[in-house]
Parts: sequence; C-alpha cells; structure tokens
Amino acid sequence: MNSVSIDIENVTVTYHSKVALHQAALQLKAGTICGLVGMNGAGKSTLFKAIMGFVKPVSGKILINGLTIRQAQKSNLVAYVPQSEEVDWNFPVSVYDVVMMGRYGYMNLLRVPRSCDKKAVRDSLERVEMWQMRDRPIGELSGGQKKRTFFARALAQQGTVLLLDEPFAGVDIKTEKMMITLLVELSQTERTILISTHDLASITTFCDQVVLINRSILAYGKTSEVFTEENLSRTFGGAVGDFSSAKRQVN
Amino acid sequence: MDLIQWFAAPLQHGFMIKAILVSALVGVVCSALSCYMTLKGWALMGDAVSHAVMPGVVIAYVLNIPLAVGAFVFGVGSVIAIGFIKSKTRIKEDTVIGLVFTGFFALGLVLVSKIKSSVDLTHILFGNILGISDADITQTVIISAITLVTLAILQKDLILFCFDSTHARSIGLNITFLYYVLLSLLSLAAVAGLQTVGIILVVAMLVTPGATAYLLSDRFDHMLLIAMASGVFSSVMGTYISYHIDGSTGGCIVVVQTLLFLAAMIFAPKHGLLVRSRNSQTVSESDANQ
Ligand SMILES: Nc1ncnc2c1ncn2[C@@H]1O[C@H](COP(=O)(O)OP(=O)(O)O)[C@@H](O)[C@H]1O
Ligand SMILES: [Mg+2]
Repeated sequence: MNSVSIDIENVTVTYHSKVALHQAALQLKAGTICGLVGMNGAGKSTLFKAIMGFVKPVSGKILINGLTIRQAQKSNLVAYVPQSEEVDWNFPVSVYDVVMMGRYGYMNLLRVPRSCDKKAVRDSLERVEMWQMRDRPIGELSGGQKKRTFFARALAQQGTVLLLDEPFAGVDIKTEKMMITLLVELSQTERTILISTHDLASITTFCDQVVLINRSILAYGKTSEVFTEENLSRTFGGAVGDFSSAKRQVN
Repeated sequence: MDLIQWFAAPLQHGFMIKAILVSALVGVVCSALSCYMTLKGWALMGDAVSHAVMPGVVIAYVLNIPLAVGAFVFGVGSVIAIGFIKSKTRIKEDTVIGLVFTGFFALGLVLVSKIKSSVDLTHILFGNILGISDADITQTVIISAITLVTLAILQKDLILFCFDSTHARSIGLNITFLYYVLLSLLSLAAVAGLQTVGIILVVAMLVTPGATAYLLSDRFDHMLLIAMASGVFSSVMGTYISYHIDGSTGGCIVVVQTLLFLAAMIFAPKHGLLVRSRNSQTVSESDANQ
C-alpha cells in the first residue's frame, strides 16, 4: 500500500489575523515516520491542531486517508498526543481508566468495555511497561510514567495515524528509547506517524522523512536529503547558536 | 430511647415525612452533579446559574408553567450571556460571571416585588421544604429522574469531558453538546435545590458533597458514592435538626454538609490535614537524620 495517509493542501492558519502557518502543503504516505522540526513558535503545534480540526484554517484543506478530520476521528483513525496534557493531575482516575479512554470511540453509548477493549488496554500498558501500575491514581506517577500512560492511550486507540507533539520533552532516556522502539514497530505495520521534536540527533535514527517548518514548510523529504546545512540554517533563522548546535547534533 | 424518640417524633407529621424524602432526593441529585462541578472547577458557574434562574422562576409562576422550564431558560441564558460578553469585550471571565448573575438576580428581585402573586420571596431565597406542595414534589421527582438518568448514561463521556476535553474532541465526541448537557443539568438541579435550601444556599448542595468526597477518594465511582451518601445524610439530618431546634431547614442542611467537609478535611485517610502534617513530619525527621 502506497496511498497518501495525511494530505495537507495549502493550509493557512491565522490567530487574530496574525499568520501562524502560511500555505503549508504536505503529503505523507502510509507507513512513514515523519519528523517535524522547527524553532519554538515555528507553528508545529499549530499544524497538529489544524490536522485535528482544533483550529480552522482560513484556506486549504486537510484529509486523512481521504476522509475529513471529523469522519476520520469518528472512525478511530487518528490518535493525537498533545504537547502537554492540559489535565488535572489530581483527577480521581487511574492509569487503567486513562488508557481505557482511548477505546471510547469503539464502544456503545454507555462506554461499557468489551473484551477486545480490555485486551487492547492491557496490550498497550504492557508495551509501555505500565501494566503493574494500572491501578495507580495518575497523580502518583513520575513525569516519565505520566507520558507513558498517555502514550499507551494513543496506542490503545489503534488508529492508523499517530500525531505526537514533542513527546520527548522532559522525558527520561529510558522512556524516550521505549517510545522510539514502539514507533518504529508501528510504522512497520503501515501506521503513519508525524512527530515534532527538538532532538535532531535522534530524528536521524528513526525518522525516514522530515519536515522543516518556520511559519511555512521550508523543506520536506527524506531525512538524509533534507538535513542539509543550508536547510537547517533557514529553519533556525540563521541563529548561530541554534544552528551550530543543531549541526553538531546531526553530525 | 431518647434517640428513637428523636427520630420518630417528626414522622408523626405528614409534612415532615415529605420534607425528609424530598430533601433526601434532592441531596442525591445535587451531590451526583457536585462531583462534576468540583472536578470541572465550576463552583462559580454553579453559583452564577443558581442565582440567574431567579427571574425565570418568577416568570414561570406568573405564566403558570413549570418552574423548571423558566429556570432552565434563564440558567442556560445566563451562561450564553457570560460567553457572549467574554468573547466580545476585554473583561475577565470571573468579572463577567459576577456581573451577569447579579444582574439576573436583581431582575428577579424586582419582578418578585412588583408582581403581586403567590410567589413568596423568602421561599425562593431560603427554600420552603416544610411547606412543599404536591405539584412541587412531582416536579422535583421528574427533575431528579431526568438528571440521574442523564448522568448515568453520559457518565463516562462527562468524566472525560471534565478530565481531558482535548482527548474527548480528538476521538470525535461533541464537547459542545456535553458542555450544554452539564449546564442544563446544573440549571435543573438548581431548581430542585431551590425547593429545599433556597437560591442563596443551593450552590452549597452543588459543591460541598463533591468537595468532601474528593478528599476521601482517588476513584471517581467511589467519589460519586461518597458524595451521594454525604448529600443524603446531610439532607435528612439537617431536616431533623431543623425540626428539633425549630431553625431554618436549608441552613441546617448546609451546616451539616459543611461539618462533614471539615471532618473530611481534617481526618481524610490520604488527603486529610492530620495525615499530611504527619507525612511532612516524617519527611523532615528523615531529613534531620541524614
Ligand atoms: N491560541 C493562540 N492564540 C494566538 N496566537 C497563538 C496561539 N497559539 C499559537 N500562537 C502563535 O502562533 C505561533 C506558532 O505557535 P505554535 O504552533 O505553538 O509553535 P510551536 O509549536 O512550533 O512552538 C506562535 O507565534 C504563537 O505565539
Ligand atoms: Mg509547540
């Protein structure tokens, strides 16, 4: 299968008439892991929110497997892990409850889990090594465990498209390695993954494509071809510090 | 023997039996909703809506339609007004909430004072559970049934909406719908609570049991049960106490609720002040030992 999974056509997003994303166009094929790279404020989160339909583009259109985002969401095609979960960590829910929330789209109105839902939750929690902690209230988790819990929820959704906005920010090395291994496994089963990160060194190890962004898409393609000195300098606005450290990471 | 007498004496009066049953029912309904209010951080919204229903109640009396309908229109209307003013001006949300609900409430006061009808202001403000009419009982039962059934059906979605509305949206749930459901239930519960404790205190019914239960549990289903149990207990005990001391029923109910909250705040096994201070002592002791 070589069909386009995420199709972004000339999307422009503005906040109060200030342009955050200009004429972005991008086609991702099923089975790719694509890194999204840009400075803070470059519009990475905005691109994710536009794909999810949380901000409405002033022009352009976005299709997921040929469907509108609403249809794709209702068909459980898309899993999204936002930059930071805006959740109340004192909320009375357990790790297991949170991951089960990833399955609501498959359940009836009363959200009664069936055995396939329970199995998906168990599998996901085992993959991130959180099954032992399933009954913990989320308030009693470490930062890395919280991230793994929300990552497990995205896995439990069993979507074909996975959107991850800076999932490695403030995460321990063990959790980052574990997530990368799982992402690579997922891409081998024809899942499409778009992931923003500041860790340029690790991008070269697991992303087969990369998108450079700075208010518009500057370059896009195979990681090895796109990660050139010139492109990176354009992405990081020629900021010397940023650029040389970025280059060092790549080398 | 005295204790039996204490509980048995009020039951000789039909109005007391009614009062106890109705206040218990209202206790269950408001307490169930209070869990969502506490978790969503909607205490101020609860206060606003419960005050803003006032003109609706008066108008409904005059037009001789169910109070719940009038209250519902004005409750939801106040929230729409709040959202509109917030989006069109640079005024902060808490200021907008404050000015909208007092505005509605003041309009209600003017209406009550000018429209000569059977509406008794003190009954609206402070409740009239001891003199509740059969029509009002029927209405309370209907409101309670609607609220409890809706909460039961939508429980999982509403929890998700309160906990992580971004995820709710990303799996295709209609969060605008859930927002208005919660808001509508709030307006309905405010009418039910109005009968028992009155407009002024109804926000206590919609917040305190949830807050008490929140301190006692880390699981939503436990929290819900604890809140409902404390709500029923407070309603029944408050009604009894008001009979024996011949004091305000609404006042007694809310005082009992507040006492339960204070007890939970101090003695809660995990989140109580005693445990917390003991924990911080052990921490500082182990620091000192190092
Ligand atoms: N809700 C918002 N309202 C107004 N401006 C916003 C909002 N969200 C983001 N922006 C602006 O849009 C630009 C892109 O932001 P964002 O997509 O969050 O960047 P990134 O995720 O790459 O750091 C920034 O200039 C930011 O200030
Ligand atoms: Mg961002």
